Amino acid sequence: MSGIIEFRRLTKSYGQTEVFRNLDLEISPGITTGLVGESGCGKSTLLQLINGLERPDRGAVHTFGRPVPATGLVAFRRRIGYAVQGTGLFPHMSVARNISLLGELEGWSDSGIRARTGKLMSLMALDGELKSRYPHELSGGQQQRVGICRAMFLQPDILLLDEPFSGVDPLTRADIHEQFLKLMGSESTTVVMVTHDMSEAVILADEIVVIREGAIVRQGPVERIKRSADAYVTRLFGSVRTS
Amino acid sequence: MSTGLYSPKRSTAAPRTRRRGMRAAASAFRAVLLIAGLCGSWTANTQTRPIVIGSKNFTESYLLAEMMAQVLEERGFEVRRRTGLGGTLVAFRALQSGEIDAYPEYTGTLAQAVLELEGELDETELNARLAPLGAELLPRLGFNNTYAIAVTGETASQLGLQRISDLADLPQLRFGFSHEFRDRADGWPGLQQRYALPQTSSGIEHGLAYLALLEGDIDVTDAYSTDGDLLKYDLRVLQDDLGFFPAYLAAPLARDDLDADVKAALAALTGRLDDEAMRTLNAEVVVEERTFAQVARSFLLAQGLVTSTETRAPTLWDTLARNTLTHLKLTAIAVLAACVVGVGLALLVYRSPTLSAGVLYVAGLLQTIPSIALLALMIPLAGVGQVPAIIALFLYSLLPIARNTITALITIDPLLQRVTQALGLSELEQLRHVYVPLALPHMLAGVRIAAVVSIGTATLAAFIGAGGLGEPIVTGLALNDTGLILQGAIPAALLALSAELLFEVLERRLVPRHLVSQPGT
Repeated sequence: MSGIIEFRRLTKSYGQTEVFRNLDLEISPGITTGLVGESGCGKSTLLQLINGLERPDRGAVHTFGRPVPATGLVAFRRRIGYAVQGTGLFPHMSVARNISLLGELEGWSDSGIRARTGKLMSLMALDGELKSRYPHELSGGQQQRVGICRAMFLQPDILLLDEPFSGVDPLTRADIHEQFLKLMGSESTTVVMVTHDMSEAVILADEIVVIREGAIVRQGPVERIKRSADAYVTRLFGSVRTS
Repeated sequence: MSTGLYSPKRSTAAPRTRRRGMRAAASAFRAVLLIAGLCGSWTANTQTRPIVIGSKNFTESYLLAEMMAQVLEERGFEVRRRTGLGGTLVAFRALQSGEIDAYPEYTGTLAQAVLELEGELDETELNARLAPLGAELLPRLGFNNTYAIAVTGETASQLGLQRISDLADLPQLRFGFSHEFRDRADGWPGLQQRYALPQTSSGIEHGLAYLALLEGDIDVTDAYSTDGDLLKYDLRVLQDDLGFFPAYLAAPLARDDLDADVKAALAALTGRLDDEAMRTLNAEVVVEERTFAQVARSFLLAQGLVTSTETRAPTLWDTLARNTLTHLKLTAIAVLAACVVGVGLALLVYRSPTLSAGVLYVAGLLQTIPSIALLALMIPLAGVGQVPAIIALFLYSLLPIARNTITALITIDPLLQRVTQALGLSELEQLRHVYVPLALPHMLAGVRIAAVVSIGTATLAAFIGAGGLGEPIVTGLALNDTGLILQGAIPAALLALSAELLFEVLERRLVPRHLVSQPGT
């Protein structure tokens, strides 16, 4: 089965620093894939190559079985949800409008927008009365949940998550994880998630890709990665156990 | 990023910026001209066009213009006064462009400053040369406001001085002349030669010369022959018995297509004023502090040229309302046009640091031109009146608006920019839904600065005949009349305050509260 996302002999540099050289990676549709590695290993760049925010120096990135287009990016990106650490919520818009802006731009009806917003907010355990608040009036955890709702509004085929659950306390995080799994249960979306936290990947992902210094160390189902004898993978788990 | 933005070194693509900027600016100019034109034709079509009488910004010119206006009003014409134009060239251009229909002028000034001729011309010759320029000098009023040589009454009677020739035999007299008079060929050098005067002269500020004369520091100075101060200080003018000084014969200068009825009505003033009469009238304004309208009225009454003491000169409130409206019109058109062009330019260039730097560089350069100079530079390009004033105000308003918009756009959180793009917003949607709303507080602040500064700067526009609240200020400056200055300054200050308040309300309406008072924005 061909992947919904493929990197073929990808090379990408920033200035003098080569982040990836001849990387090959295939991501399967319909499941959640966790890209795990230390900060600076290039995992965020991989996400931005998928939706065309970054372009490869050499090699190719295929999304939906085709190279990432050079034109028509607006329609292309609306099939790909995106949520990041720090959320990037629109500070001048209410929570409801943050979540539903893309629906508005797509010309959805008011009732359709209200229904979808309500459903997403309830799945992510966001109280309805938060709708009219501004982002700065929310807690960090609430902001992250709003970010997820916004990314999922148009029922995208792919959801890209760039460390979206970091920076909140462990209990809140556990809650968000639970809500996110519930949300994924009700939507059929391919999720690519970047995290430095192996335990988070284990909880949320079906497959894990371990990246180190721009190269893939291991790739496979969660259970297989957990049993891996690779020293680096063991260390990533170790850091989880001790933290 | 911001250092690059303001660095002139980076403006390598400036020519392209300028070309693009010029095109946008040109279309804005056209818009402004169109609006101004519409305003103009609107006023022209809704009433029979009044006769517009202008003046330059010195006492005698104001006074003569007022007499011309009152004589016309007495004969049933509707008159509008456009006084205080900042110089001969401005007044003449205003006449040519139809901003004014007539104003008082002097033969010598026309020959020298307008026609740039040397030597004297009689009225027929002058009119032959003025005709191609669309102007016509009407019959003269009678007096000659030329250079004069003045001594104190005491000196005159002690030494028996009557004529300039008498000075040749008195080498002990100390001559103090204004700097201009000492430099001009038709001033001291020529005078000394013609009359074979043995004395030397020292230079003195014209404003101080009369006092120096009274204090006995000098014995002889130059003056204007109809200066009201001559009476105030009891000075004697010596007769130019060899006819050295050129004639500055006063007469109404009119557009040559002005209605014959109007010209005929103005002819009522022909020969009514000799030097002595003009000097007395000037003194009534300067010394007795009566208004131009009052002095003109009593003179015209005495001459039998008007019948009642009631002048139809506009009341204080009429004038105030008209000046304020004109002022508002000037600034509103200029600032609105600057909003369109400034914001448009900012949106076009903000993604490129080089282009942004280019735009801000040009706008900044415009800002460094002193306002009075920019207004003067506008005269050859756009004539006089409201259009050049609006263009100048527009140019001044560009910088704060463009700069604030560009700064606001480039300082938007990079994460927000990335997310906005990643979510699949088109460029237009990004601007409309994210960038412009977020930049709005900054942009409003820029427009606010532009509006307040324009209201202040527009007071200078009276010098080029644009009217507005600068008109009483200019007149007040010419007369050293604080009350008159305040008639312009106070409403201008109130307008500026109102603009501040208006923008505060706008900001509250348009911007969510938590985005308004963020420190550092």
